[in-house]
Order: sequence, then structure tokens, then C-alpha cells
Amino acid sequence: MIGDLLEILLTAGFWAATIRIVSPLILGTLGELICERAGVLNLGIEGIMTMGAMAGWMWVYQGGDLWGGIVFAAFIGALFGMFHAGFTVYLGLSQHVTGIGITLFASSLSYYVFRMLLPTATTPPKITPFQPFAVPVLSDIPVIGEALFTQTPLTYLALLSVPAVWYVLERTPLGLAVRMAGENPVAVESQGIDVLVVRTGAVMVGSAFMAIGGAFITMSAFDAFYFGMINGRGWICVALVIFASWRPGKALLGALLFAGLDALQVRAQQLAGAQIPYQFFLMAPYLLSIAAMVVMARRARYPKALLVPFRRGDRV
Amino acid sequence: MTVKTGDVTPLLSFRGVTKRFGPLTANDAISLDLKAGEVLALLGENGAGKTTLMNILFGHYMADEGAILIDGNPLPRGSTDAAIHAGIGMVHQHFTLAENLTVLENITLGTEPLFSWRRNIRAAREKISSMAVEFGLDADPDKLVGELSVGERQRVEILKALYRDARILILDEPTAVLTPQESDSLFQTLKKLTARGLAVIFISHKLNEILSHTDRVVVLRRGKVAGTVKTSDADRAGLARMMVGEEVKRPTAEAMEPGAPVVRLAAVSCKAGSEAQSLKSVSLEIRAHEIVGLAGVAGNGQRTLASLLSGLAVADSGDVEILGAPGTDDPTALVARGVARIPEDRHATGVVGEMPLWENIISEERRSAEIARAGIVIDKGRALERTRNLIKEFDIRCEGPEAETRLLSGGNMQKLILARVLSRGPRFILANQPVRGLDEGAIAYVQRRLLEARKEGAGILLISEDLDELFALSDRIAVMYHGHLSPARPASELTVGEVGLMMSGQGAEAA
Repeated sequence: MIGDLLEILLTAGFWAATIRIVSPLILGTLGELICERAGVLNLGIEGIMTMGAMAGWMWVYQGGDLWGGIVFAAFIGALFGMFHAGFTVYLGLSQHVTGIGITLFASSLSYYVFRMLLPTATTPPKITPFQPFAVPVLSDIPVIGEALFTQTPLTYLALLSVPAVWYVLERTPLGLAVRMAGENPVAVESQGIDVLVVRTGAVMVGSAFMAIGGAFITMSAFDAFYFGMINGRGWICVALVIFASWRPGKALLGALLFAGLDALQVRAQQLAGAQIPYQFFLMAPYLLSIAAMVVMARRARYPKALLVPFRRGDRV
Repeated sequence: MTVKTGDVTPLLSFRGVTKRFGPLTANDAISLDLKAGEVLALLGENGAGKTTLMNILFGHYMADEGAILIDGNPLPRGSTDAAIHAGIGMVHQHFTLAENLTVLENITLGTEPLFSWRRNIRAAREKISSMAVEFGLDADPDKLVGELSVGERQRVEILKALYRDARILILDEPTAVLTPQESDSLFQTLKKLTARGLAVIFISHKLNEILSHTDRVVVLRRGKVAGTVKTSDADRAGLARMMVGEEVKRPTAEAMEPGAPVVRLAAVSCKAGSEAQSLKSVSLEIRAHEIVGLAGVAGNGQRTLASLLSGLAVADSGDVEILGAPGTDDPTALVARGVARIPEDRHATGVVGEMPLWENIISEERRSAEIARAGIVIDKGRALERTRNLIKEFDIRCEGPEAETRLLSGGNMQKLILARVLSRGPRFILANQPVRGLDEGAIAYVQRRLLEARKEGAGILLISEDLDELFALSDRIAVMYHGHLSPARPASELTVGEVGLMMSGQGAEAA
């Protein structure tokens, strides 16, 4: 049994599946990470991903091109991010309550819009999704080549956004302002930068990432939009941010771990088929993720001003 | 930082600046000038409006009326960015630093256009280290701020202002958090800065510092300018009078015959967090009409004793008797017996800052017949009425009974606590560091109230690190060292020197 499992770990198929599963997770996690580094928890993620999945898919189904769909999904995501920021940053309302409200609203709205535009569809209509693109030369490397370099362009985008987000946060003045807004907003204010604008911008950009993560599912992993197809991935991303201690590199690591477990369980189900109920395998990645969280989160250094609203001119 | 000397236009002028918070006028038509190269002291009691005025200057608040001129040009209102570009730098009393970021990141935030491809870290590091050498502001740019001491953090704050070419440096109570050595080094830095034409606004209520390190003093009282004097013409008593509005005299105790015991401890031992904090066979008697002073360096068991007497801990052995009944771990029962508690840390255990004044006032008697109908439903009308009366009686300066308690200054918060406990005619008062961090006016007020309570028959245990206070108020003084308590002896038979020795564990009776 153990030997069989190890054998799975050596197949290119397993790794290719892992990378495929990780793509939407890493996009969502980076999105949440950007929001939280600026001090705003965005529990709207589950709904924003659903919205992104619907919007991107619908753009293409209505005759738009694939990249146009991605841009459209990002735009819609940023729009919902603006809602969230309006309530939490400008009005200082509870970030938990607002976020869950956004999730409920955005999920329902995407189903509603889907039904409104396609009232009679019985079997889910399909689009032609992003196709795998084999990177010349690199894709010829055994195992790694197939796993890493024969993915869809959206996966490459997801993987490249990890160092990109890291660079912006750590190496640019903008990133410094975002991080500072999440650590001590008064410090940002007293250096002459508008905290509310910085936070709103971060939430909008983060939400756009989430929406692209959602769009990946309907435009790259599958070719159709179903109800409930985000299926808790947004919540996984929220947990991954904590697991990653708010660092992009560690976020990729955490997402890979979860995706790997997920890819493994599908294959383990086939192995153990008769003896163990398959639900056990479905549950396993979550269970192991919780265990990993417990270990990692205890050392997490969270942004000091996370969840703390900032109001200008308030007496301090 | 080049400044022409002999310039007639002041570097900075306030012209009739007024700021209101609800019904409270924090700044009332304030006008003052600042010249290049001078250190201007802004003196005033807590709540006099010093910090508010500086927050207006720095753009945190918007003034309701009036204008601020820099080099004769009006400064845009309510914009920190404009203030920084006009050359104003502010070191807040509560530092505005991000602990999880490095010194360099804290200093350079906002100094580069937000949308540029990279931060110029090398140039920043060079500029910081050259400034550090020039002004004696030593700081490692790559350290996390969270790893720095308070003094180092303050240096980072000053560097932050200088990095942006500040011409006017505001320091809000800079020495409140510093050791004497750190304060000295701060004053040396200030001297170097003013020599280059920088102007400094120095907020403080410590008269000694102001007299020895500033050029001019502006005194604020209740939001108004009470007077402006050259420091060389000023003296301690005069400044204090201007600040408080009258001669401040700390009260002295009149002789009084003690009554029956209110608290009796016999050979009480009680374990606490550390060995030094654990009480070892402590005996003490406090009688009515009597103040017993408890001297000692912090951390020698005073807190344990205070917990014991306020029902937060019980003794491991020995007899505790509080107001005729044994000690208990039920604070409510003690309050009902007539114990008044003035806790050591107002903010942490004295009040709930986020709740309004009236809720804090009634918190110890929320089930009494006066406040609660049938002991269940709070009669808010009555509670507000009572709070309004107490605000008047105890002269608590605030926006009203519904204001958030955290907005009170230290002295007013302490008055709120006094109002809560003294208005109920307590028979035993546990006063733990009652004047810590208060200004002269508030200190005199608190002490006078305690003496009045003594006259009315309360027994008081006064825990303090300030020997002058203990000698001025106490009938008897006991010293605590490593959990041991010396017998309480009449204050008149002791000297400050003797008590000081006992506090350090020497002297015959310490053990």
C-alpha cells in the first residue's frame, strides 16, 4: 500500500494534476494575502471566486475571447472588492460580517445572472477553454517537463504571480505602503499617504486575483459553469494565508501541499477501493491541512492592524 | 535646512486656532509664533489641549476656526502630506512605527513615488547612516522596530522626520518614556538640531526639563493660551501657577485619633508568580481615620497584597479580616462591605475604555436599588443623573456622561474612579499608586480627596513608590521587600533615608 502510494508520487500525471489543482488556490491565496497585508480580511473570497468563474465563462460563452474573459473576471472581482472596501475601509464596519455578506450576495448573484442569461439550459453549456501549452525544450524534461511545462497559460500566470506579488510587496514603495497599512495605519497617515486609498486599492487588486482564480476553474480546469463549483476553495485560501504566515512563497508551498494531497487522494481511492470508503480519502486533504495549520499557525506573525479599521481625525 | 537669521516673518504662526470635540472646546482661539532655531515649550496639564493643537498642525485633525501660517503662507488644513512638505515633522507620544518592519522601511515609507519599480534601498541606507552620525541618532537600519528599545524607537521617529527635511520638529512628551540617560542624549541631539536652524516644539508637563532645555514657554490651560514667557525669565512656581490657574499646594494631613481596625492581617502568607512577590507571614493593621503608607520598589509583593485586599486572591495561611469578616475571593462581597478599590493601572483594571462614563460609574453598583429596578433592569435615567452629578462634584472634564471613557485624560479618568468609589462612603480604601502619571493639579486633587475620606472615617492603605507622597499623607509607614513587610511605624519617627534603605532590603526591620 505504502509502496503504491510512493509510486504515485513518481508519476508525471500526479504532479501535473497537483499543479493544475494548485493554480486557482494560489491565485485566491495571493488575493487574500494582498488584502490582509493591507489590514483587511476579505471573507468575500468564496463569492468573488464564484462570480469570477461565472463572469469569465459567460464572457467567452457570449462570444468574447479567452483573455478578454480573464480581464472581465478581474474587473468584476475588483468591483466586488470595491464594495467590500467601501463598507470595511471607509465605513469601518465589521470585516467578518461584510465579507460573509459579500460571499452570499456574489454567489447568489452569479447563479441568478447565469439563469437569467441562459434560462433554458438543461445540460450545462460548454466553451472551448484554455488549452495546454507545451513550453519548447523545457517540456521535454522527463516528469518535471510534463508536470510543469505542459499546462495552460493561466497556470503559468498563476505560478509567475507568486514572485511578482512578492516583488511588489517587498521591493517597491507601493508594497511598503500596503504592508505598513496592515501594520500601523497611523504610521502611513503620518507619512502623508492616504491609508484609505491604499487599503481600498489593495482590496480591489486582491479581489481581482480571487476572481481570476475562480475563472481558472471554468476556463481552464473545466469548460462549464456549475452551481457550487467553487466548493469551499475560497475558505481553503483563507486558511492557506495563515498557514503561509502572510508570505507569498510560503503560500505557494502550502497550496502545493494541499493540492498534492488532493491529487493523491483521488489516486489512492482507486488503490484502496474496496477496503476503505472513498469519503475517507475525500476528507483526508482537509484533515491533514488542519494538522499542518495547527503546526504552522502557532508561529505565524500576523499583520498587527489586521481587522482594525482606521478613521481619519478620530481622537486617538 | 538653511534659514536666514534675523527674518521677521516667523517660521510658523497659529492664528486663532479653535477645535471642538462635541461640547468640549479642546483649543480655544490659540495664537502663537515659532522662530527658526528656537526650542518652544508647550506646557500644560493633561487635557489642556497641547496634543490636539499639534495634531492640527500636523494635519491629523482639522481646525474648526483659525489658520496656520508657514513662512507667512497658509498651510492647507487636514493634510498630513501638506504638513510634511511644509517641513513639519512630528514625534507622536505613542510612536507611529510598524514593529514587524525594519527601521529603514519605517523611515522611507512615503519618501518615494508609490508607483516606481523599486525602492532605492542603498541610497536610503547611506542617508540614514550619515544622519545618524551627524546628529548622534544611532540606529541600525536593518533591525526590526519590534526589537528596539523605547529610546531607540524614539530615535527612529526623529530620524523619520529629519529624513524628510523637517524644519519644525514636534516632540510630544518625548521624555515620558525615557530613562534619565536617554533624556540627556535626546537633549544633546536637540541642541545639534537647533544649531542648524531647526525649530523644536517640545510638549511636556515636567517643569525641570522645560526650565533647563527650552528658550520660550507657552502655557496652555483648558484649551487657551494662559501665558508666554522667555524661559530665562521663568521660574518653577510661576509656571506651575500659570499652568493650573492657581497656586498648587499639595495637601497635608491633620492629626487625628485613629478608630477601630478596618483591616487586620495576621501572619498572612500567599504565593504569587515569583518568589519576591509572594507574601511571607505579613501582619498589618489599618484603623479608621488612618492612612497607612506602603513603601517599596515595584515587584516586591505590593500587588499580591492588593489582590488579597480586593478579593482577587486568597491567603494560603494566616488570618485576613476585612471590615469585620474574613477575606474572600469574591470582590463583589468586599465592595458590598464598604471596600473601595483604586487600582494600580487605570486603563487595564480601573475602567472599560470603550464604555461610556455612566456605565463605568455604576459598574460596582449595577444591582443596587438606586440604579437597578428590582435589581435587574438598569434605570438609565437615574444612572445618567447620578453620573452628571458626580461629573460636577468631582470636576471630571469630559464631553458628558455618554462619552467614551478612553477619551478622558489620565487625571480625569482617575477622578472618575474616585467618584465611583468615594461617593459611596467606603470604610476601607485600597489606593494603589493613585497619582501615578498625573499632573500637579490632579495629584493635589486626588490627595485632598483621600484625606477627606480619612476624615470621614475611612481607613486607607496607600501604596506608592513616591516617598514624598507617603510622608506627606501617611500616619504610619510600612516597607515591603521581597514579600516581607516591616512593622508599620509612625511617619514622624521615620526619615526618608531610613525608608529608602529598607526598600533596598537593608535596615534592621526589613527582614
